[in-house]
Amino acid sequence: MTGGALRVENLTVEFDGFKAIDGLNFSLQEGELRFLIGPNGAGKTTLIDVISGRVRPTAGRVFFGHSDLSRLQEHEIVALGIARKFQTPSVFPHLTVWENLELALGFRERLPALLRPLGREGEERIAATLATVGLEHRAGQRAGTLSHGEKQWLEIGMLLIQEPRLLLLDEPVAGMTRRERELTGQLLHRIAPGRMILVVEHDMEFLRRFAHTVTVMHEGRILSEGTVEAVQSDPRVVEIYLGRGRQRGKGQALTAG
Amino acid sequence: MTARAPGSRLAGWLPFAGAALLLLVVAPLVLSDFRLNLLGKFLCFAILALGLDLVWGYTGMLSLGQGVFFGLGGYAMAMYLKLEASQGELPDFMSWSGLSALPWFWKPFAHAWFAIPMAILIPGALAGAVGYLLTRSRIRGAYFSLITQALALIFTILFIGQQPYTGGTNGITNLTTLFGFSLGDPRTQKVLYLITAVTLGVTYLLLRRVTASRFGRLLIAIRDGENRVRFCGYNPVAVKALAFAVGGALAGLAGALFVPQVGIISPAMMGVVPSIEMVVWVALGGRGTLTGAVLGALLVNLAKTYLSESFPGAWTFGLGLLFVLVVVYLPDGLVGLVRRVGLMGKSGEEGLA
Ligand SMILES: Nc1ncnc2c1ncn2[C@@H]1O[C@H](COP(=O)(O)OP(=O)(O)OP(=O)(O)O)[C@@H](O)[C@H]1O
Ligand SMILES: [Mg+2]
Repeated sequence: MTGGALRVENLTVEFDGFKAIDGLNFSLQEGELRFLIGPNGAGKTTLIDVISGRVRPTAGRVFFGHSDLSRLQEHEIVALGIARKFQTPSVFPHLTVWENLELALGFRERLPALLRPLGREGEERIAATLATVGLEHRAGQRAGTLSHGEKQWLEIGMLLIQEPRLLLLDEPVAGMTRRERELTGQLLHRIAPGRMILVVEHDMEFLRRFAHTVTVMHEGRILSEGTVEAVQSDPRVVEIYLGRGRQRGKGQALTAG
Repeated sequence: MTARAPGSRLAGWLPFAGAALLLLVVAPLVLSDFRLNLLGKFLCFAILALGLDLVWGYTGMLSLGQGVFFGLGGYAMAMYLKLEASQGELPDFMSWSGLSALPWFWKPFAHAWFAIPMAILIPGALAGAVGYLLTRSRIRGAYFSLITQALALIFTILFIGQQPYTGGTNGITNLTTLFGFSLGDPRTQKVLYLITAVTLGVTYLLLRRVTASRFGRLLIAIRDGENRVRFCGYNPVAVKALAFAVGGALAGLAGALFVPQVGIISPAMMGVVPSIEMVVWVALGGRGTLTGAVLGALLVNLAKTYLSESFPGAWTFGLGLLFVLVVVYLPDGLVGLVRRVGLMGKSGEEGLA
């Protein structure tokens, strides 16, 4: 495994003896936008869980620059510039859209400073982020009342406002309409320059439209890595997707068109 | 977003000004000494309820041990008053239990400048430590509540058992004066009442600022999704410990104001049952709203006084019933009910929103 800003080395994660991740090696270069696919239960979310500090490795290590992430707590990892979006949208339902962003923005402040109102600069950054994710008209609304797609955008906005160096997006377009997917894909490309993004996504149409490099996981290991075309024509990839796809409908998406 | 018309800001102050007028001017004029003293006691409970609301309603930590912090504040104050009443002699209960000299840790409590801050600092620090240790171990929900309940049990047993130092089951009684003013004098009691009312008002205003700030929204976020808050880059441990410390300190302050008005503090006031009662105040009034916490404390205690005067023995039963009814039918308490009714009144369609 060569160097990289994010390096996952010989990672194994066991849950009660079951290996969700099995000796995995993986790396991301500075400025890279990478897609991560794989059938249900492949271990994609678990990989993100380990990078973001939610799950501790059973063996192996994860480096971000010189920091060993497996020794840090969640909030310390965020402080290094790693932000994650959950598979199910998780925003704070009782806070407004504006307040959700405000909360995400204040994460580097000391607690007493949070008693003071947000400054002009902060308000401008929230307004700018609202515009980026297209939620200006929802600013005063409680996040719990947003549509599924809007919650996803709000959550992406909450990551963006923290100006992270690495974004981990777990199925960001799940449950979105076709048009929302298109907008999200464009958003991804707009925010990509200057940072690393790892996107877990099942949707092959979305992949073909927006991905360059794809990593395929299967049963806790990397099965294949390369361009969308290369991965799509890899017989091992076709096999696992077809084998399961007949029942789940994912294989068709991979091979169709 | 944040800007509001100046008119609506003034209107926001009206209920507060009304309540202040009622408590500071009207009540002392119309209520008998006995009733005013009773109200003063309820206002102490309201201060505690505000702190509990911060802890539970805003931050999501259901503390079943708030009585401990109330008791510690009460005992710190009572130690001072007891030493003042003993006029240099050994406090009566100590000589009865065979002590011949004042224990070392009692000595500094002869000074008001020590005892009064300690009434707030000791419970505050204990609450902060408990909050820190529990949240650091990621203990939440029912386990958190159970451990705080165990705390109430432990402290009651400890205080009952250490009779020579605490007065045992009887607690600390026979308090006579405060700064030389007789506690039996209605004028002293009126001043104590006014101090309590002002303290409640100041506490309310401070907490209103805190809960309306970004820090307040961080508390709500922790309540609704502690893990999500971690991934937002905050360490909830410090925040929760701080909120719990403030809740404990306010309970201690309430205890310290309670003792000179009631003339006694005993383990019965810090145990499991009173701690649950405190939760009922906040639940009934409406957790997550400061007004609800204050109203709940006042109304439940009013009902308690009335019921236990007319039907002695029925209170504990009534309390249990009340708790079940609130949990099942009024999850947002009376304030929530009023809001819902208000919304229905405004427009039929929005009623359910
Ligand atoms: N906390 C846990 N305890 C036990 N098993 C778990 C845990 N988390 C994940 N697993 C198991 O690990 C495996 C990998 O799960 P993971 O969620 O990483 O898959 P995934 O690739 O994200 O799948 P999906 O596409 O369904 O989201 C699954 O078999 C899952 O059941
Ligand atoms: Mg997953």
